Order: sequence, then C-alpha cells, then structure tokens
Amino acid sequence: MDHAAGMPVDPRVFQAMKPYFMENYGNPSSSHSSGGSAKTALMESREKVAQLIGAEKAREIVFTSGGTESNNLAIKGVAYRNKDKGNHIITTAIEHMSVINICKHLQKQGFDITYIPVNKKGMVDPQKLKDAITDKTILISVIYANGEIGTIQPIKEIGKIAHENQIYFHVDAVAAAGKVPINVNEENIDLLSISSNDMYGPKGLGALYIKTGTRIQPVIQGGGQERGLRSGTENIPGIVGMGKAAEIAQKEVETEGRRLSQLRDKLINSVLGTIERSYLNGHPTKRLPNNANLRFSYIEGESLILGLDMLGIQVSSGSACTSKTLEPSHVLLAIGLAHEEAHGSLVFTMGKQNSEEDVNYVLEVLPGVVKRLRAMSPLTPKEMLR
Amino acid sequence: MYSEKVMDHFMNPRNVGEIPEADGVGTVGNPVCGDLMTVYVKVEDNRLKDVKFKTFGCGAAIATSSMTTELAKGKTIEEALKISRGDVADSLGGLPAIKMHCSNLAADALHAAIKDYLKKKEATK
Repeated sequence: MDHAAGMPVDPRVFQAMKPYFMENYGNPSSSHSSGGSAKTALMESREKVAQLIGAEKAREIVFTSGGTESNNLAIKGVAYRNKDKGNHIITTAIEHMSVINICKHLQKQGFDITYIPVNKKGMVDPQKLKDAITDKTILISVIYANGEIGTIQPIKEIGKIAHENQIYFHVDAVAAAGKVPINVNEENIDLLSISSNDMYGPKGLGALYIKTGTRIQPVIQGGGQERGLRSGTENIPGIVGMGKAAEIAQKEVETEGRRLSQLRDKLINSVLGTIERSYLNGHPTKRLPNNANLRFSYIEGESLILGLDMLGIQVSSGSACTSKTLEPSHVLLAIGLAHEEAHGSLVFTMGKQNSEEDVNYVLEVLPGVVKRLRAMSPLTPKEMLR
Repeated sequence: MYSEKVMDHFMNPRNVGEIPEADGVGTVGNPVCGDLMTVYVKVEDNRLKDVKFKTFGCGAAIATSSMTTELAKGKTIEEALKISRGDVADSLGGLPAIKMHCSNLAADALHAAIKDYLKKKEATK
C-alpha cells in the first residue's frame, strides 16, 4: 500500500510499448517510413495525454523525463522568459521537493518567492494567495493534491484569481493525474505537470501541458524537438507507454476513484474508531481517493513500517527516521504538527492491486503493531497500557 | 536495510519494561528528534542484576536498546561502563551509517542509569 513510491506498469501499457523497442525503432525526425511510424505513435500519444487533462490541442503537450523535469520547465521556463515583467513567484508550503528546490534555486538568482501557508487540513486559502500578489508577480504554482497528505486544493478558484491578475498559473498534478478528473480549461490552468509512472505507465516519462500563448523558454537546448521546448530524441517506447496509460486512466478514473475512495474511507474510519489516540492527517473529504495518512501518538513511524513490513504490508511515513535528511516531512510540519507528532505518521497509498481484503488485513493486524510499540514506549501514559 | 540481528531484536526485544524500584534510571534522547530511551538498572554486589528499557523510536533505536540490556545484564559496574555505542552496533551485525548517531543512544542511556545509581549511592553514604 505504498503506490506513491512506485507503481507497477499496467500490462496493457507494456504490451503497447513492446513493438517500439526492436521493430518500430525509428526516429520521428527521420523522413523515411520507419521514422513515420514513430511520428504517428508520438502524435497519438500526445493526443491521448491531451484528452486525459482536457487540453484543447495535442500540441499543448510537451513530453519530458518525468514530473521533476516538467516542474523545472514550467517554473524556470516561465520565470526566465517573463523576468522583464517581474520577479515574484507565489507557491505553497506543501509543494513537492522538486518545486521547492526549483524555487530556492530561483531565489538565489534574484527571484522573490512567497510560500503560502496551509491550514490544519492542508488546504490553501485562496484569499491569502490573492493578498500575496504584487505588480511583480509573474507565476503562481500550486500542487493539485499533495501525495503525502492527499489534500486536493481549490485549483479552479486559484486559477481564476491568477487570471484576473494576468498571472500564469502552474499546477503540479503528478500525484493527482489519473486519480481524479482534471480539466485544464475549466480549472483555469496554464501549465500542468504530470508523470507517467504515477498512472501505471513507465518510469522516466512525464509531460507538461502548456496552454497556447504562454510565454515560456526551454531549459534544455538541442535539436529542437517538442517545438523547441524540450530537445533530445524522443523516448518513443516510453511516450507510447505514457499515452496508453493516459488512455486507460481516462477510461477508469471515475470507477477506480469510487472504488478506492470506499476502501480509503473504510480504512480511515475503522482505524480512527478502533485505535485510541489515532488521527487523520489532511482533509477528510477533499482528498485523493487512494490516500490515507494516519497518525498514532507515542510511537514512531519507521518502527510502524518495519512492524507492518514483517506482516507483509508495505507503507511509508513522514517520520524523520525514514528520510535521508533526518528531518520530518515539511508537509506534516506545514499542517501544524509538532515534530514528535509528525514522527508517528503512516501513509497508505492504495492502487489497482489493492482490494477490500487488503484493507481488512491491515485492520486486523495494525492495532496489534501499534499496541506492541506503545507498550515499549516511555511516552505512553500508564493508564493506556492496562 | 537492517541486519537480521537488528530485525530479531526489533521484533523480539529483550528486557522491555520498567524496574519498579530501580537503583538507577537513565534517559537520553528527545521525542522531537524521534528517539527517546530510558534504561533501568538493579544492582547487587556491584553487578547489574537486572536491566530493562523503554524506547520511543525507530527500528534501530529499539534494537540497540534491546542489545544494550542484553550486553549489560550480569556485568560489573566497571564492565558495563565500558560498553560503547560501537560495541552495541557490532553485536547487532552493524547499523546503517545514517542510524549510527541518531538512534544508537542506548549505551549512553545505560551509562546515565549507572551514574544515577552511583550518585544515589554516594548520597546515602
């Protein structure tokens, strides 16, 4: 139940990719027939990705190497291209590390960055964002839904504010695309980052939607592929895989979303109902259908992960003890948790492979793992151990 | 990521609990950092007759606590004071580098418990 960390490739996606390794290996830039078949595949995939997010034209999609590169192209590309208009960028405190580190990088180059805080449920207040706008603001970048706490942001409303002020609006939808329906036009989005692996496509592939008319410059220079916005020979097998993944996601997003929401709510409500001093991180309803982020007092997340792993359940945590930096997740701190609270969090991200049986199994064994660790913890109040 | 021995001590920790009338108690760490451990000692004839622990923390924190109590039990005060963080890690078949400093605190907690005992003993003289 750790789909946020990595997803298997859908077998239908793998089948679609296979011919493009050894049979149709052409370069879409070639003029001969083998290049032609690659070119067709590229066009079809672009169309499928455009349809998934409601883009009007396929040419508004640029393929990249993944969500991180899409975020780099969107934010740096707009910042550099529009610095004659201003140097101010607004983003939030709960962005993915790629957005945060791009912003830090731009800050060193003279850009001003404002990080809008979120409330306890992880929600951005559009009014606060509106108040942060200055005559130097050129870009607003907001995560569609944070993959760790699952909270879905009021994207349409924020996009409206951005457009009323003639500011570009970028959305990092890596964790959300394929899990909730997205429509870039209805939601006032100018740039949208998505990743292939987060919707059962191959790793190493992503896309950036760039609305026609958006002033942007490339961050990778070369042979001028992808309308000059992303040079480098196209990864055709990967792009075919991402196209297929987008096609499947579009067909299944509603039904799979409903199925996962039910599993998610069963997991959350049963845990909160049966385990004392357990809490939900993030928003109770405005959250990704596959995400349950739970917190348990007096114990630490990594030991919870290990305990569950021994029972065959793979999950993740925002605890410092599981991170490379030994710092708790910035997202959990942003929703107001104290360090010791952030340590006790556990993140379930479910996917196609998970069934109600899996949820039942978690519900069967989790209370025991929590109880065992609490019995060992010096922080657990004595009356809870009786 | 962890050795088999670490996982064994994590899943089946030795000497968990408190000693109601302990001769010495030592606490190190901080819940803010994610690791907090308390070691209790019972001393008889200059030997650690019983050693118990309670730990809040990651797998490494729990396993090192368990191993420390196992190494310390039955040792003389002088021998127990010589047990180092390195000895604990070695006895567990090693620890991931990132865990060596933050989670390998149990030897310090043991030393703190023994010093607490020695201080109390000094005070009652």
